[in-house]
Amino acid sequence: MIQSNLLRNSQLIWLSSWFIVLTTVSLSVPSPAFSQVDTFQFVTEEQQQRFRQLSDELRCPMCQNTNLSGSTGGVAEDLRREIYRMIMEGLTDQEIEQFMFERYGDFIFYRPRLRADTFLLWFGPIIFLLIGGFVAYGIFRRAKALSESEISFDESQREELNELLGEKQ
Amino acid sequence: MNRLKFFLPVIFFIGLAMLLWRGLYLDPKVLPSMLIDKPMPEFALTTVEDLPVSNVDLPDQMFLLNVWGSYCLPCLIEHPTFMRLLEAGEIPVVGVNYRDQKELALDWLEDNGNPFSFSILDESGRFGIDLGVYGAPETYLVDADGVIRYRHVSVLDETIWKEEFLPAIAELQVESDQ
Repeated sequence: MIQSNLLRNSQLIWLSSWFIVLTTVSLSVPSPAFSQVDTFQFVTEEQQQRFRQLSDELRCPMCQNTNLSGSTGGVAEDLRREIYRMIMEGLTDQEIEQFMFERYGDFIFYRPRLRADTFLLWFGPIIFLLIGGFVAYGIFRRAKALSESEISFDESQREELNELLGEKQ
Repeated sequence: MNRLKFFLPVIFFIGLAMLLWRGLYLDPKVLPSMLIDKPMPEFALTTVEDLPVSNVDLPDQMFLLNVWGSYCLPCLIEHPTFMRLLEAGEIPVVGVNYRDQKELALDWLEDNGNPFSFSILDESGRFGIDLGVYGAPETYLVDADGVIRYRHVSVLDETIWKEEFLPAIAELQVESDQ
């Protein structure tokens, strides 16, 4: 009985380790891209590369959190076509991004541009972390100073203290 | 001084909480338009009836620009509002037939009634991109100088008309009287 229990346990361990290995492997292997299939013809590899990068890095305005390459939305399809057109016309990535910004604003970028009104968005977390750090440092330093300081009384203070405590000498 | 030191975190917390509380009630699906206070984009297209149309054909007065499509169910919901505006002669409405097919658009207008002065045909969605459209229905308020002043995304019903458009129109009228 004990032996069969042991056996079952070891089988369980064996099975679960396999499970872990398999899930790890299957999750780390890149899944086939969820990108939409467009039939764009590029002349150079570099153009295709830029198209892929831009449509991966720009967000579909209609569908909240999908990039242009992953969206079936009508406007995403149109914007991919525009990116293609602009690449073939020889526009730079900056010019294409500016085109998108003028029409759809910061939402189109997953990384909003650094401006006065996006400053807090970019540096807010680090500012809050610094404030928190200073406060924590202050608290720890005071606590340390308090624990290290020796409390000493002179004779009159000791008397007063004892009086207050109601302990007559 | 000590009192201030005590209340500073409290004030800081209340400020942050108020900011985040407000954030909870912002609709992430409504994007601000980049075209507010910018002129209508240039266009030279046709109407759904195949007549050439460009910026010069736009009304000389304040008007609405409504992005619609025959496939768009919410457009049917807001349709009676535009019919009423037409009947009351309150404000002209120009249509943008967005990513649709001409025949289907014409059928839709025939079946439901045509509230538009004319409808700009934008089968490819290219004009929509210049407007910053991301899906029908969307409605823009354009002033007499052809400058876009307001945008509403999704259905424009009587409530939205009264609560959003009428005040925006009144504001523009005050501005133009000055």
